[in-house]
Amino acid sequence: MATPARKAIDPLELERYRPQLVKFAMLQLRDAAAAEDAAQEALVAAIQSAGSFAGQSSVKTWLIGILKHKIIDAMRRRSREQPLAIADDETSVDDLQALLFTQNGHFQDQPADWGDPDAALTQRRFFEALEGCLADLPKNTARAFTMREVMGLDTGEICKELGITPSNCWVLLYRARMALRECLEQRWFGGKAAAKP
Amino acid sequence: MRITCKEASRLISEGLDRDLGLVERTKLRLHLAICVACTRLTRQLDFLRRAAREYPGPEEEPKR
Repeated sequence: MATPARKAIDPLELERYRPQLVKFAMLQLRDAAAAEDAAQEALVAAIQSAGSFAGQSSVKTWLIGILKHKIIDAMRRRSREQPLAIADDETSVDDLQALLFTQNGHFQDQPADWGDPDAALTQRRFFEALEGCLADLPKNTARAFTMREVMGLDTGEICKELGITPSNCWVLLYRARMALRECLEQRWFGGKAAAKP
Repeated sequence: MRITCKEASRLISEGLDRDLGLVERTKLRLHLAICVACTRLTRQLDFLRRAAREYPGPEEEPKR
C-alpha cells in the first residue's frame, strides 16, 4: 500500500457520491453510458489522488472539479469520433425573436421582477427546476449552455468542441438563456413559488 | 443610437460571451437607462450564470 494520505479519504466514502457524479455528467453528456464512465474515471482519479485533497472545499466540490475534466475529455473523444450535427433551427435567431418580441421590437411579455433570486441558490428544489428546464431545451442548445455556464468553458473552446462558428455559438447561448429565463420564471419565480421558504 | 429590446437582449447575452464593441456598449447602456424590462433581463441572465456555476447546488450529503 502507498503511504497514508495526509487526510485519509476512504474510497467507500467517495463511492457514496457516485449517483450525484453520474447525474452531473449526464446533464452534460446526455448519454447514460458515457456519464457512468466519466463518473467512474473521476472516482478512480480521486482515489489515486486522495492525498491531494486539501480539505478546504467539500468532498463533493473536489470530486466535481475532477469530474469536469473527465467530462471535457469525454466530449473531446466524442467530437473526434462523431462531429455533432447541429439542427439549423437551433442556430437561427429570427424564429425565437418572433416569439419573444413584437414587430417593433418590444417584449411580448416583459420579464418579471425576480426579487432577490439568489435566495434560490440555497434550495435544492431550485436546482431540480433548473435541471428540468435544461432537459426541455434542444440537445445542442442545452449542451452549449452547460459547457459555457456550468463547466465555465469559453466560447472559443465550445465552438471547437461543437464544430460551429462563434456567431452560431452566441446564438445557441442566447436561445438557451432566453428559454431558461422564461422556464424558471414560470416554474420557480412565478407566483407562489417565489414566496417559498 | 436607439435600439429595441429585441436587439438589446442579444447584446446582453453576447456580452456574457465576448467583449462588446464601444458602439454596442454605448447603445446598450443608453437602452438600459430607460428600459425596466431589459434591466431585469440583465439581472436574470447574470443570476442564471451564478446558478449554473453553483450546479448541482446544495444537495444533501450522501446518507451513511
